[in-house]
Amino acid sequence: MAKVRMRINGRVRTLGVEPQVSLLDALRERLDLTGTKKGCNQGACGACTVLVDGERICSCLALAVQYEGREITTIEGVAETDLAHPLQSAFIRHDGFQCGYCTSGQICSAIGMLAEHAVGAPSAVTEHLGSVPELTDDEIRERMSGNLCRCGAYNGIVDAIKEVAKL
Amino acid sequence: MRPFTYLRVLDVATAVDAIATHPRARFLGGGTNLVDLMRENIERPDMVVDISRLPLIDVDELPNGGVRIGALVRNSHLAAHPLIRTRYPVLSQALLTGASGQLRNMATVGGNLLQRTRCPYFYDTTARCNKREPGAGCDALEGFNRSTAVLGTSDNCIATHPSDMCVALAALDALIEVQSVRGVRRIPFTEFHQLPRDTPQLETQLAEDELITAVELPPLPVAANSRYRKVRDRASYAFALVSVAAALDIDHDTVKDVRIALGGVGVKPWRAYETERLLSGAPANDESFRRAADAELAQAVGRSGNHFKIELARRTVVATLRQLRDTGGAA
Repeated sequence: MAKVRMRINGRVRTLGVEPQVSLLDALRERLDLTGTKKGCNQGACGACTVLVDGERICSCLALAVQYEGREITTIEGVAETDLAHPLQSAFIRHDGFQCGYCTSGQICSAIGMLAEHAVGAPSAVTEHLGSVPELTDDEIRERMSGNLCRCGAYNGIVDAIKEVAKL
Repeated sequence: MRPFTYLRVLDVATAVDAIATHPRARFLGGGTNLVDLMRENIERPDMVVDISRLPLIDVDELPNGGVRIGALVRNSHLAAHPLIRTRYPVLSQALLTGASGQLRNMATVGGNLLQRTRCPYFYDTTARCNKREPGAGCDALEGFNRSTAVLGTSDNCIATHPSDMCVALAALDALIEVQSVRGVRRIPFTEFHQLPRDTPQLETQLAEDELITAVELPPLPVAANSRYRKVRDRASYAFALVSVAAALDIDHDTVKDVRIALGGVGVKPWRAYETERLLSGAPANDESFRRAADAELAQAVGRSGNHFKIELARRTVVATLRQLRDTGGAA
């Protein structure tokens, strides 16, 4: 059993975990932060996306012990005040979900994606790598391709992200 | 997942010492491949040595104009790095077409070099696979083999090398630096991965006690005009059926310099030396491009499900070279 200390949603948490426990299972089963979802458990669906030091990752492929001392943000911690995060409101306004299972991952992923875009990171559909691309529908779809939505709410998801990107 | 001991190391000397004294240990970088394989019971280490905090996270320009990339640089960080985007755009593009945004933020350069095949029979522990269990046989030969390789295969293994990054590195004459308690050595990229032959379980030249510490790119002017083209079943977040990494320099309608490597079709990242040989000094027209593609693919062996890859590779090579000639690279 390893003792792991992490800052989760602004609060320092210490927990004892076996080395094989994933960050996803630690969040859900040990810390009762069940907003982060387990979909495929193999990095293919993005439902488990959380932010580590502001960068989006798949928490199912992360061993909790490896993230000692890091700053983790889950869907429970994305709102800065009692109000929803702008992306949460936009997802509601644009019907960016149906069953809601992928939504936590979609929103955490979108937050990370917008931060990547803000520092000028290119994507696979960026025509010229030298210039900072605008967030077109194609750019958003490519950058969000690691998050699957089996209800097919993609059009609403793209609209919601586009609205927030313009803020 | 089987239980294991976890050891976090903070310097390279401790890392190579740990692996030298624990032969059943594995290095853990980003975890995107190893953790998955451990969960599937394909990798079963007794000990995991966490190297993710080693100080190998820099991308530096070398005095000769080349670039040195630390083994723990994340795929996303390397793809976005200004030196790579401007001088080796084919590498940025290859990285950006691999996996997803989340996985690229986790996956390391060193780990990507050691990525295991996604052959369905390698993952299926109830199937026969010589790579997973030497001598067991290969169910892919007569099975569902649409994704498998057509170049470099043997009767023991036809598994495709899955990496996009590696295809670009094969084209760029990269060098891999590795370290162990015995010292440091450097391996030319195209010699790093091995053909399966009778030992498909041995995928690289890396010894069991060696740690990848860096990848070096030589100064390569032709790479400024380069791009990566990936053909797959869906537009994003899928492995390649065929991919082409190419760099092209044309002078007075004649090919002055060219680098080309293929992905999705080889048992290892496939440098197309025959294509390069035929193109060098040839007129930069479609006819030369076709002939050069055919020369490399003459040795390809298709099977029931993957024969289509030979023609697809030929067309993708021609299309990529044409694109470089007519509209230029991705920089």
